[in-house]
Amino acid sequence: MTFEGGIHPADSGKVLTDNRPTLTPPVLERYQVLLCENVGKPPKPVVNVGDQVGKYQLIAAADGFVSANLHSPTSGKVVKIGDVPGPMGIPAPAIEIEADGEDASAETFPGLAGWRDADPKELVKRLADCGLVGMGGASFPTHVKLSPPPDKKVDTLILNGAECEPFLTADHRLMLERPRDVITGAEIMARILGVDDVNIGIEINKRDAIESLETLAEGTKVKIIPLMVRYPQGSEKHLIQAIAGREVPSGGLPADAGCVVQNVATAAACTDAVLRGLPLVERIVTVTGEIVCRPGNWKLKIGTPLLEALRLAGGVTEEPGKIIFGGPMMGFAQRSLEVPISKNTSGILLLTREEALRHRSTSCIRCGRCVQGCPMHLASCLLATAIENGRWDLALQNHVMDCIECGSCAYVCPAHRPLVQLMRSAKMELRKKR
Amino acid sequence: MSEEVKNDIKLPTGKRLVLSSSPHISTSESVRKIMLKVLLAMVPVCAAGVWFFGLRALWVIVFTTACCVGAEALWCAMTKKPVLATIRDCSAAVTGVLLALNLPAGVPFYVPLIGAFLAIWLGKQIFGGLGHNPFNPALVARVGLLIAIPAAMTSWTPPRGMDQNYPELKEFRASVDATTCATPLGVAGQRPKLTDRTTAARINFSKLASGRLLLRFFWGVRGGCIGETCVPALLLGGLILFAFNLINWRVPLCFAGTVALFTGIVNICWPGVTPPPLFHLLTGGLLLGAIFMATDMVTCPITGSGCVVFAIGCGIITSVIRIWGNYPEGVSFSILFMNALVPLIDRWCTDRPFGYVRKRKSEVRK
Repeated sequence: MTFEGGIHPADSGKVLTDNRPTLTPPVLERYQVLLCENVGKPPKPVVNVGDQVGKYQLIAAADGFVSANLHSPTSGKVVKIGDVPGPMGIPAPAIEIEADGEDASAETFPGLAGWRDADPKELVKRLADCGLVGMGGASFPTHVKLSPPPDKKVDTLILNGAECEPFLTADHRLMLERPRDVITGAEIMARILGVDDVNIGIEINKRDAIESLETLAEGTKVKIIPLMVRYPQGSEKHLIQAIAGREVPSGGLPADAGCVVQNVATAAACTDAVLRGLPLVERIVTVTGEIVCRPGNWKLKIGTPLLEALRLAGGVTEEPGKIIFGGPMMGFAQRSLEVPISKNTSGILLLTREEALRHRSTSCIRCGRCVQGCPMHLASCLLATAIENGRWDLALQNHVMDCIECGSCAYVCPAHRPLVQLMRSAKMELRKKR
Repeated sequence: MSEEVKNDIKLPTGKRLVLSSSPHISTSESVRKIMLKVLLAMVPVCAAGVWFFGLRALWVIVFTTACCVGAEALWCAMTKKPVLATIRDCSAAVTGVLLALNLPAGVPFYVPLIGAFLAIWLGKQIFGGLGHNPFNPALVARVGLLIAIPAAMTSWTPPRGMDQNYPELKEFRASVDATTCATPLGVAGQRPKLTDRTTAARINFSKLASGRLLLRFFWGVRGGCIGETCVPALLLGGLILFAFNLINWRVPLCFAGTVALFTGIVNICWPGVTPPPLFHLLTGGLLLGAIFMATDMVTCPITGSGCVVFAIGCGIITSVIRIWGNYPEGVSFSILFMNALVPLIDRWCTDRPFGYVRKRKSEVRK
């Protein structure tokens, strides 16, 4: 199953890490937990400098509905609340914790063994208490996503295990190592939403993950859906089209197509929160790249600085030209080695200077590959030309606002034009004008 | 560049990190590679041309290509653009070979020379260079030459194997001198007006379209431009282009299909006005045009539906010119005409963007 359009990034780079089991590193000296990591309002710190905190202790409380709690990744002392280099290139507020090395757990929530009969509201509250956010990239608070507006009839839950970004294998390893937690997480979410149609979409290049999940899913209402390998298969809209056969209307939310999409890692975190009462303080991160000495997957605590993650991976063989948080298609280039990882950091990718500065852009030769590759079926090259000429009206008329910024157009362009970058700038410009 | 070394682990310094927005990787494909693949796809056609029309054809191909590359270099030098970087993309070479394939093998040297300047300067560079030209540069040159020096452009060299085994066409060659020969379309073009319904005025097309003759046309034993005669070579070239994802298959298919349908209808409804569709498909520059000229990326529409509209338009205009026009051949004119409409086609024939489906009741289950 799949969607129309999309691309096949030539060398997916997943072989570097897909057979590396997840390792748990020793406790570091210092963690910087970013406050503003989720979409919506940043949570408010509830600890002060000098406070002793335990692992899993609440350190910042959600501020409003679209906001998520933050918990301490380890035991130790709060040494600073202030700005650190952020993942978006600008300083971001964070709580810095000096670890005592004990990693002693504070009091956690009681496990809800009877979740199958529990009130969905209680389950949602638990997820909010544990600070769950979407771990696929957008970091949208999970409890908000699982509380669709009452006027939208949601009948399908889709778990995203596509992991279509090249190089990343964190979700793949998670599905291999914690398949039962993924299935249980799916069932918990289905219980919350009150839906019977539960699907886990996985690209068929992760055959082993599909098989292990299929065995465990027997007897439950969870269905494993193998998907064609194609980027951006993991895009929410395209996952819904591939699995439920519905199109999310332009400008709409998945709920408008009767679906809720969650990442598989979020589902596993959900199981942790409900069954074990554990808040979200760590995640699997793929540290990879041709120039990384020992690429692999690590279970990193939230707030681990980038440089420490690289140290775990054995350092580099040459000076990198670019360091990316996330995958190569939609990830963010970093300017500082001090940037801490957050709940949505699925990978750290290093590229060489040659890879980073490979191409010069030339004139469009109208080959139409961007049009073929656009999963939203936009006339990318014409749009880009309109934007270059400052024709915002034409750009708007040709649906630039529907661009999901997946970067397929810029990837396939033989003239290496910055197509998606132009779309982004146009979207920003047009939003300002509204 | 100094690297921090701690515990024998080399860690990055974080200096000179490139900051740019995603995507951070891109295809290894480039404009130059695309052009080289197009050149590769033209190799079978060139080889067939040389086989049928002799070494003189090879000379024309090489000379025309050299002229085009030279014209491009000269333009860049004059306008202070980077000469080598522009030539390196190989687009001038592609235009050169395409133009050569559109010339008779016996053209005097000044024809490719003028043609190269027409193609590169008038056809491409005055619009801003590669990617900005609305018309196929090789066709601009071909049509320019055809109008300016028609005699040189229509003196056809007889192909290898023509004299021994071509009794059918000899009959039509009575008025043509010994070193040249007529093209089948040129012969068919000496036809009556549609309104002239007297039997005597009608040509007996059955002779022109006998199975044996059509088979010879298929292999390429007929008068014509260097690259237009050998159908298997053209089809092979088309397959190569298609395999490399360089052309939209809708263009050649709809172009040829429209010509076949249109001439078929006319052939059946008004007998004696035009030869049967198979004759039209196998003669003239239809396949060269449909496979190599109309499919030019720069000058054909970007969407699939646009390509269909474009190709059907090409097919209709070609048929109309062939049946009722003053020129025996209409492929070049039709493509140029449709090239001019491409901006409009691009505007009209857009794909339905994702998420613009009308809401159906069955969408929401339960």
